[in-house]
Amino acid sequence: MKKIIAVALATMTAGAATAQDLDICVEGAYPPFSQTEADGSVTGFDIDIANALCAEMGASCTMVKTDWDGIIPALQEDKCDAIIASMSITEERKQVIDFSEKYYSTPAIFLAEEGAFADDSPETLADAVVGVQRGTIHQNFMEGEYPEVELRLYASQDDTYLDLTSGRIDAIMADSVTMDEGFLQTEDGEGYAFFGEGYSIPEYHGEGVGVGVRQSDTELRDDFSAAIAAIRESGEYDQIASQYFDFDVYGGGN
Amino acid sequence: MRYDLLIERWPLFAEGVWTTVQLTALSVAIGFCIALPFAILRSRRTPVASPLIAGYVYAIRGTPLLVQLYVFYYGLSQFDVIRDSFAWSYLREPWWCALIAFSLNSGAYATEIIRGAIERTPKGQIEAAKALGLRTWQVYALIVVPSALRRAIPQYGNEVVFMMHGSAIVSVITITDILGAAREFNGRYYVSDEGFLTAAVLYGLLTLLIVLIFRALEGKFLKHLRMR
Repeated sequence: MKKIIAVALATMTAGAATAQDLDICVEGAYPPFSQTEADGSVTGFDIDIANALCAEMGASCTMVKTDWDGIIPALQEDKCDAIIASMSITEERKQVIDFSEKYYSTPAIFLAEEGAFADDSPETLADAVVGVQRGTIHQNFMEGEYPEVELRLYASQDDTYLDLTSGRIDAIMADSVTMDEGFLQTEDGEGYAFFGEGYSIPEYHGEGVGVGVRQSDTELRDDFSAAIAAIRESGEYDQIASQYFDFDVYGGGN
Repeated sequence: MRYDLLIERWPLFAEGVWTTVQLTALSVAIGFCIALPFAILRSRRTPVASPLIAGYVYAIRGTPLLVQLYVFYYGLSQFDVIRDSFAWSYLREPWWCALIAFSLNSGAYATEIIRGAIERTPKGQIEAAKALGLRTWQVYALIVVPSALRRAIPQYGNEVVFMMHGSAIVSVITITDILGAAREFNGRYYVSDEGFLTAAVLYGLLTLLIVLIFRALEGKFLKHLRMR
């Protein structure tokens, strides 16, 4: 018995010495980036990228499903070591956590019933009720650019679709890709469409989506940045992205 | 600790407190209006009405408040009949869904509280009322109900506190109550302790207020029971 324990301990310590054990906070209500399957597991682009980054870094990773509301506290309280949950790199968030380089960036846009709005000017939307996910770049954008519009705040992106189809809200402001794949291309999305232009304003939308880490973990942050560059170099990034998107999800610019 | 942000964003929490107070007060008031007639019918074992009311009370007490809220918010909106009817102009608003669900909930619990109080009416009071030649409705209006409501005050105080704490679930349907304000605060500044501790303190203060109000009511209406 003692021998078994000794062997087990030896393997454990050996394992820890060669590879890092990382817990990654993921969300699970933001298709196609992350969605919860019937068996409770989380899948999606974020998760595939997380696994690819972990493999690249030689780390053994465990996905921890966390609600959006509690995802930054979870990181700060050591419940996980990194956030890979489509979190945009913004100034506000940089005050409490740190980010790797971006791993994708997509524009934000309005969604409503087809033909409901002629354009997305504040005048056209004056009487509309718009839904956004609470604590997101989209909430900041709406409050900054559409201060007169009535906002409804939701805990997850999936919740906004239910209230749009039932007619409680007139429009949604969110990421174009998640709304396209997560809603427009599904049965429920029939008769709905984007309107207005796509937005990517650094002041609100940040510098794209990155991996969130604690401010003290600068080494881990740089490891993730290097791993992102490596999988983009090796073509693994494009291979994963092509399973989800038929356009360049990494986005232009930097 | 970023308490400067709290001071800066106090209107958010003020709005939250107002929503919580409003929802709690209105639900308890409407609940009382439901409960009083229902409790009398139940205590009289009226045919048809009494079992129906028992069913309502059981259905409400047998399910969590969150589920009841979901039935009104997500459930009813699935039916085109409801979406096309005039009721939709109310049910479309999360605030009305919450008010309806909470009122029905409070009504059910209060029905049981008042029914219990009515059934504990001392026999002597009723016999005395009958001996004076009062009619049945007079016995209820002048003796049974006033005496039962007095006895119900302490338990009713609990119900109001529970209702207020229960109302914390409305932030899931996009209403900014106290907890909703804390969540928004946390979502914006990523300082969870400050926001949620503030919410806890505000709930505690409101509870204290309710307790004091009911203590005053007890002092007024249950004076004769006070220990000397």
